[in-house]
Amino acid sequence: MAENSENNAYWSANLRIIGVSLVIWFVCSFGFGILLRPALAGIKIGGTDLGFWFAQQGSILVFLVLIFAYAWRMNKLDREHGVEE
Amino acid sequence: MDQFTLNLLFVGATFALYIGIALWARAGSTAEFYAAGRGVHPVLNGMATGADWMSAASFISMAGIISFGGYDTSAYLMGWTGGYVLLAMLLAPYLRKFGKFTVPEFIGDRFYSPTARIVAVICLITASVTYVIGQMTGVGVAFSRFLEVSNSTGLLIGAAIVFMYSVLGGMKGITYTQVAQYVVLIIAYTIPAIFISLHLTGNPVPALGLFSDATATGQPLLETLEGLLADLGFKSYTEQHDTTLNLFLFTVSLMIGTAGLPHVIVRFFTVPTVADARSSAGWALVFIALLYLTAPAVGAMARVNLINTVYPDGVASTPVAYDERPDWMVNWEKTGLLTFDDKNGDGNIQYVNGDANELTVNRDIITLANPEIADLPGWVIALVAAGGLAAALSTAAGLLMAISSAVAHDLIKAQINPGISEKNELLAARISMGVAIVVATYLGLNPPGFAAQTVALAFGLAASSIFPALMMGIFSKRINNKGAVAGMLAGLIVTLIYIFLHKGWFFVPGTNAFTDAEPLLLSIKSTSFGAVGAMINFIVAFAVSRATDEPPAEIQELVESIRIPRGAGQAVDH
Repeated sequence: MAENSENNAYWSANLRIIGVSLVIWFVCSFGFGILLRPALAGIKIGGTDLGFWFAQQGSILVFLVLIFAYAWRMNKLDREHGVEE
Repeated sequence: MDQFTLNLLFVGATFALYIGIALWARAGSTAEFYAAGRGVHPVLNGMATGADWMSAASFISMAGIISFGGYDTSAYLMGWTGGYVLLAMLLAPYLRKFGKFTVPEFIGDRFYSPTARIVAVICLITASVTYVIGQMTGVGVAFSRFLEVSNSTGLLIGAAIVFMYSVLGGMKGITYTQVAQYVVLIIAYTIPAIFISLHLTGNPVPALGLFSDATATGQPLLETLEGLLADLGFKSYTEQHDTTLNLFLFTVSLMIGTAGLPHVIVRFFTVPTVADARSSAGWALVFIALLYLTAPAVGAMARVNLINTVYPDGVASTPVAYDERPDWMVNWEKTGLLTFDDKNGDGNIQYVNGDANELTVNRDIITLANPEIADLPGWVIALVAAGGLAAALSTAAGLLMAISSAVAHDLIKAQINPGISEKNELLAARISMGVAIVVATYLGLNPPGFAAQTVALAFGLAASSIFPALMMGIFSKRINNKGAVAGMLAGLIVTLIYIFLHKGWFFVPGTNAFTDAEPLLLSIKSTSFGAVGAMINFIVAFAVSRATDEPPAEIQELVESIRIPRGAGQAVDH
């Protein structure tokens, strides 16, 4: 059963990391790019507003950072819980 | 050297490369045919995924869609990239750990239900076949414009090339060809963009040029574009015109549809470990982002260039005379994708919003005509031709791979002849691949009237049926066979009905009760409904599972095991 609770702890930690990542994912695309765009309209960048930049470029850059951060964090978590290959 | 010889040279050289790779990477076992022997380096797999994912739609159509759609089309940019975050965190690592060959196989095993597997196969084949038609017609268009052969001859040449490397090499041949195709397509996409960005803004990075000052006016490029559009009566480029609800749901649908498309998911079965599956999704997005960060720049800059071509002395002066129009307009008029109608009979090309407009430009020609509009050297035009073909062929091959493995592995081996030997299964997979190519070629030559609507269908199916089933199969131990089947069918059927209500029953024109301009529910267009279908799938699956028995112990153990990376390597030769 020791292995079982270890695996459960690993899975809960994974779910927490995914949860935090997906909040950032949502805020930077659906948030800044669509829903919160009117609120950001005052911030100007390159001839338009910040929301337009997030919708066309910023969100993609955030997605990239998120995936690599997740892969890095999970490799660490795999080792901590002894479930790496 | 004339343009035709240049085009022939570039396209011929790339095709020779693909065939060379095909001969080198022949598949000898089912593991090689279905999953490239699970030995693909994560960076190379990322590159192959990029080529697999970026289709004729991304390469040829997307910049044009953005060019004429402005801010609202950001849904494509966010949707088609954000899906990779979901893939990396919610699907790819666990499906790699599961260690089988196809998406329906996971659904069938996890929900211990041949019915669930068949439903998944039907979704997969419908989504992939509709998607592949677009690739084949894209091949035909690129060939006929650049190599002066008929549309059908071009399509047959393309099909023969795909046949060679996919039937011989399976996933292994396709993977290494896609790596080469990625390199060709990204060079072809960025070089003209760099030239144009330098010309308009002085910035060699198009993605930065988009937010820089235009050299001609000293004003920011986007403000310059807004000024030109306003003077000609066109709608604003940076403002939102769609409703927030539809824009939101459309982006969700594209994202979860991306994560649920089987031909993309199976690419992550080819890497050696679970950790590789995670990082490979990141690499895939790096390679995709190189094009997707450039596309909005190409879109905006092409619009500026187009207006400047028609109004060389500024929008307040007389537009260019039809007799003095540039060569690229003459070339594209022959294809019928660019038309001029001298309504006021003054011999000049009026390009404005409304009834007085005399110039119609099909948005699909923006990327292909871009180098000509910007007056770039002939070899750049030849490169774009080779790039467009690489994009269409690589996606077609990936889709055909998904179809043939579903037929050979999920239908023939799982349903019809479970005792089939590996040698015969490999033969069956090759024959299914051949048949799939013939069917795709036939449909490409005789495209059904609904070809243009198929993106909505493919993404709607993937979003409403496949993605939720996979996600629940991994993240919930409680979802059972009945819940999964009920959820998939509910999501699928409601989504199909919604699409048919707006696009016509089975896409027969005139049988639609609603239009996307005035949709049935609020402002939700049929293309955005996949997100709603997915919600229905989740709710029905949970409700039905709660009301029925929980899955057997061995299935719960299976779910436990796919959540833990250790041991994925052992699953290779099952």
